[in-house]
Amino acid sequence: MFLKVPAENSRRKGLAVLKQFSGKSFVLLCTALLPLLAFAACGASGTSTPPAAAADAHASFTMGIIHVGSKTDAGYNQAHAEAAELVQKNLPYVKVLEAENIPENADVSRVIENMISQGAKFIVPASFGYLDPAMQVAAMHPDIMFDHPAGFKQADNFHTYWAASDQHSYALGMAAGKMTKTNKLGFIGGFSIPNVIDSINAFTLGARSVNPKAEMHVIFDNTWSDPAKEAASTNALVDQGVDVVTMIVDSPITVVQTAEQRGIYSVGFHSTGVQKYAPKGWISGIGFTWGNFFAREIQSIEKGTWKSNPKNLLGDLNSDMVTLAPWGSAVPDDVKTLVEAKVADFKAGKAQVFTGPVKDNKGNMKIPAGKVGDASLVNTIDWYVEGVIGQGS
Amino acid sequence: MNIAFIAGVLSNAVLSGTFILYATVGEVIGERAGIVNLGLEGVMLVGAVMGFVVTAQTGNPYLGVLAAALAGAAFNMIFAYLVVTRRGNQLASGLTLMFFAQGVTAIIGKAFVGKPITGLTDLRIPGLAELPVVGHALFQKDLLVYLVIPITVAAWFLLYRTSWGLRMRAVGEDKTVAFAAGLKPHRLQYQALFIAGLLGGIGGGHLSIAYTKTWQEGMTAGAGFIAVGLVIFAAWSPVRAILGAVVFGGAVALQLQLQARGANVSPFLLDMIPYLLVLVVLMLFGRVKGRVVPAGLKDVFEGTG
Repeated sequence: MFLKVPAENSRRKGLAVLKQFSGKSFVLLCTALLPLLAFAACGASGTSTPPAAAADAHASFTMGIIHVGSKTDAGYNQAHAEAAELVQKNLPYVKVLEAENIPENADVSRVIENMISQGAKFIVPASFGYLDPAMQVAAMHPDIMFDHPAGFKQADNFHTYWAASDQHSYALGMAAGKMTKTNKLGFIGGFSIPNVIDSINAFTLGARSVNPKAEMHVIFDNTWSDPAKEAASTNALVDQGVDVVTMIVDSPITVVQTAEQRGIYSVGFHSTGVQKYAPKGWISGIGFTWGNFFAREIQSIEKGTWKSNPKNLLGDLNSDMVTLAPWGSAVPDDVKTLVEAKVADFKAGKAQVFTGPVKDNKGNMKIPAGKVGDASLVNTIDWYVEGVIGQGS
Repeated sequence: MNIAFIAGVLSNAVLSGTFILYATVGEVIGERAGIVNLGLEGVMLVGAVMGFVVTAQTGNPYLGVLAAALAGAAFNMIFAYLVVTRRGNQLASGLTLMFFAQGVTAIIGKAFVGKPITGLTDLRIPGLAELPVVGHALFQKDLLVYLVIPITVAAWFLLYRTSWGLRMRAVGEDKTVAFAAGLKPHRLQYQALFIAGLLGGIGGGHLSIAYTKTWQEGMTAGAGFIAVGLVIFAAWSPVRAILGAVVFGGAVALQLQLQARGANVSPFLLDMIPYLLVLVVLMLFGRVKGRVVPAGLKDVFEGTG
């Protein structure tokens, strides 16, 4: 109950006015905030204007790419943003529409619809979690082509792309196995899914091929992006004696920086430009380079040859979709030579990552001697190779 | 269990607990004045982004901490205006401001994602830093880690040993009575929320400037809500909040250390440990809640104090 104090009437009157006003002003406030919020949600959609569209006589073409995170995360999203830049550079008549920080829900459908209404003929919803909303939009626009990363559903105008990186993981595992002094390697994964387990296994096999004493310690954060947890995970590994750490999370920055601070080596993932965060401890990394692939996709759409493409496009070491990052200053020349020789063998088809005998870390023979693990492992594997400490799921 | 394991858990617990504790102590002060701020997550984000931006621009992480604190406080003043002056619903206003902060910090921080900064460096305490087990965990950390316990004790002193604290708690218990006793509830609530914003901002700043040395959109990842939960766990006492932060930080550190050691348990189960532990403790100590919760929490004061 309100207090009985002098001048109650005037105060009540004042209050009534205030209450009325507060209703109105709330609406006003909302109207004022809405554009801001909308701006925040849409991020940079439309901010990247192409350098003078239609530079030559070529008919213009518009592509749209949607990032789940920030374009400068030195990781997953930056790799895609750099691809879009390369497309613009190599095909100057292409106009690229970009949107970043778009959540994996119905928001992405609206962003795609918006890009289509601006004339986009080729859409890259560049996150696994965009799969279902993007497919729904694709079904309504059969004349618009979609490329989606690492998904498991396809349609005539909705293809999957990704690049297998386990050969690179194996090669960099060799470098890690050579450079570790404690024989303990660390891996920080976002989720315990076959794709990540495959990389852990390949890295471990590579390390143990040159250093049979090497063991791999694995931490899953159960998120692709949580810097605090990534820093804590790196610290936990270092405290356990690990002196080379690698990761599959959206942005490698936190892990690489924390490793540098604790004085250990790091191997990056996703984008090639990570070494500036670890001038002393950087070994190398795996970088995805989608630019030329996107350019080829655009050209095939223009020529009308798109539908003859396979629906699941998987690149490997021989493709231009994935590459090794430049070496860090800490890596000795004999390690570089060793790794580069192995890469050459992989490229020539003379070596395979999962060459039997391969045992799991419980001692069961998984791939007998003389056999080779097939390519479907990357999508199905749920066991760790010998040398990995811990259990997969 | 060996020494390295315990030392690892302790060291990580201190880091994971620090930014949570700053935010929790801030929220304790706000709730003691009768205001629940579900926008704490947003306050922390604002602190994290402003701290990072100022550190990146000036190269001075201590200026960054100052900026984080002031930005957090300034942002909390928006909340104060909504719930104190305009008498808005506290829960709805807090949540709305959190979403607002997520968007605004994403815009402010856009150009700073991936920028390398020097950040707060670890200060070794000579002699103590070489101690086994606790040396690295407790005596080789950044300034904000060393300050968090003194600041928490200072908050307790402020609340329970000063007349300002008494007045503020009176407002939290019953605004009408406090008003009748000649206090100014609104002014006191503004002051409490200002301090809460300072501390929430420092918490976010510690995350971006010292702990991870990065800015990423939404990087607090729910820490603000955990801090609000820990206030109940801490029974609205800053000193008990230390226990809460230690339990939560320790549980996070423990589960990561167990994974790193290769404990034969599913990582999904290990990931639940911190939250299960908080639930268990809430169940065990939940009964004291009725006695300690500020009676006037969330009450709206219609007067003009």
